[in-house]
Amino acid sequence: MKKIIKRYKFVFIIIIFNLIMLLLKPDIGMNSIETTAVNLKEMLCIMPPVFLLIGILDVWVERETMIKIMGNNSGIVGIVIAFLLGSIAAGPVYVAFPFAGVLLKKGTKFSNVIIFLGAWSATKIPISLFEASVLGWKFMLIRYALDIPVLLLIAFITDKVVSKKEKDMIYEKAKNLD
Amino acid sequence: MFTVGMYVFTLILLLLSFLKSRSKTKEALKKAWRSFENILPLFLAILLIVGIILSILSPEVISKILGSQSGVLGIILAGIIGSCTVIPGFVTFPLAAALLKNGAGLIPIIVLVSTSAMVGILTIPIELQYFCKKSTYVRNFLAIIFSFIIAFIMGVILG
Repeated sequence: MKKIIKRYKFVFIIIIFNLIMLLLKPDIGMNSIETTAVNLKEMLCIMPPVFLLIGILDVWVERETMIKIMGNNSGIVGIVIAFLLGSIAAGPVYVAFPFAGVLLKKGTKFSNVIIFLGAWSATKIPISLFEASVLGWKFMLIRYALDIPVLLLIAFITDKVVSKKEKDMIYEKAKNLD
Repeated sequence: MFTVGMYVFTLILLLLSFLKSRSKTKEALKKAWRSFENILPLFLAILLIVGIILSILSPEVISKILGSQSGVLGIILAGIIGSCTVIPGFVTFPLAAALLKNGAGLIPIIVLVSTSAMVGILTIPIELQYFCKKSTYVRNFLAIIFSFIIAFIMGVILG
């Protein structure tokens, strides 16, 4: 019980803060609770498949296989798979991070994981269909044409800036994920 | 719809896994639960903070800010709002469309759309759980810079 309280202390603090807001500024406080409820519902809806996929991937996909398709020598194939994985998934970007964790654990190349995160945040096909209907196909296609090279560039630069030692640390952290 | 697709896909994999090996499936379920439970406190905390921020920076407030501010200040404000909020695409895109219809500038709107998708200042604590400080900061910083560049290019093409 003590452990739970300790782990969730920030959650409790923010809830208390929100309740104080509700007392002082009822409309904003209420709005905040409603927004959180909507987001929580969305999160709980998308979490089960995402985390089940993480578990399945972790247990069934051999490290060697993953290294072959997305590892250091995977070249353009690895890049394309990273893009596709990020683009077809549904769910807000914060769900992408635990998924990125298991990709790292399995030996996915660092820059490919960054591409995966970028694709998950910017070139998501499920949301883009909606984007095209609201802002037009031209808007969406131009954005894609610009976003794809930019995401590659971001991954390339991040990969160059982060040192070997720091990457080793990240992979070590991923290995200890359970 | 894609969420349903993801459920179907996951359940099929789970079924195949179960047919192939019960013990491994059990292990996969355990791992799924543990990775979920590990990150849950942080997820909940961030969700609550997002709720508070969005209740202050509601779509109406954002439109007021971006509708009244033009020029460089409007672009910078759009970048700040987009970077510091986690707004799902199904909220930002209609908001962007409505703002454009009301005569807001194209560039600040694209900056808002782009940064709210690519930059996650609020989710940095989650990113740090899996990455290092340098990669997290560099990735988000680059995303901000490129959001401005993308917005300018799109502004020229579409404007």
